Amino acid sequence: MEDISLHILDLAENGIRAGATLIRISVEEDSANDRVTIGIEDNGRGMTPEFLNKVMDPFVTTRTTRKVGLGLSLLQQSVQEADGEMSLTSEPGHGTSLVAFMKKSHIDRKPMGDLAGSVLCLIEGNADVDFVFDYRCDDRSYSLDTRELREIIEDIPLNHPSVIRLIEDNLRTGIKETNQA
Amino acid sequence: MPKISVDDLKKIKEQQLNKMSVRAGHHRAKITVHMGTCGIAAGARDIMALFRDIIAEKDITDIILTNSGCAGLCAKEPMITVELEDSAPVKYVTLDAAKAKRIFEEHVMGGKVVEDLALAIGSETMAT
Repeated sequence: MEDISLHILDLAENGIRAGATLIRISVEEDSANDRVTIGIEDNGRGMTPEFLNKVMDPFVTTRTTRKVGLGLSLLQQSVQEADGEMSLTSEPGHGTSLVAFMKKSHIDRKPMGDLAGSVLCLIEGNADVDFVFDYRCDDRSYSLDTRELREIIEDIPLNHPSVIRLIEDNLRTGIKETNQA
Repeated sequence: MPKISVDDLKKIKEQQLNKMSVRAGHHRAKITVHMGTCGIAAGARDIMALFRDIIAEKDITDIILTNSGCAGLCAKEPMITVELEDSAPVKYVTLDAAKAKRIFEEHVMGGKVVEDLALAIGSETMAT
């Protein structure tokens, strides 16, 4: 994985494959505390404590199409390389929550990458799932909640090209403005 | 913080009022971009963005662009599956921008399978 936004896309997709109908993604860049924190929370089927204990093992997966599950272990590697830590909590039937933080100024911290592109891919590719995206950069913040959009457009799908274009413009502008020092 | 304009959303809704195909979920074609860890690391997000841009540029409203998990052929990523109405799904592998554009023009728009880029025709086993 080249950057943090790709990790986020990958792990949010895991939640969707686990049957989630709502995914919450948060990203915080905190210069004062020299920290980048990401959170991904889903309301999917969750994991048993036994599975949770071994889920960081790259040779453990719930998938039937292959024998490896690399997503979490790749993120763990990225986090550890940037002097960070990650934690995962899960409850069967209630979903999974991941929080990871890294040292912002660490030379080995991966770049943030195209956050808007990842969130857009998730919304467009999973129009029946709702997403709450919160991005905070020091004292500025941006948020997008697809449940609010869905209320207005009613039965027009979220992945309709006109809606997607509007969401893309909003995401890119919001993230850029939030990230400007 | 910018907010998505309610007026813009309402405008889209009004514009689509008479397009029953969109409201009823009817579509002529579906493009599924495989987005397991392997696909994402190999560039699936860029392939999806490329299709998004083409669809917007051509103002197409009856093609569904979606994604799925790993299909088990990690070494062949990025992969897509193209499904046209009343036709078997076709899986394309080891894509780049040029190949994806060609598939869109020839298969999605033209209805002709791009045989030299296709891996298989038929249903697949999806990741669970």
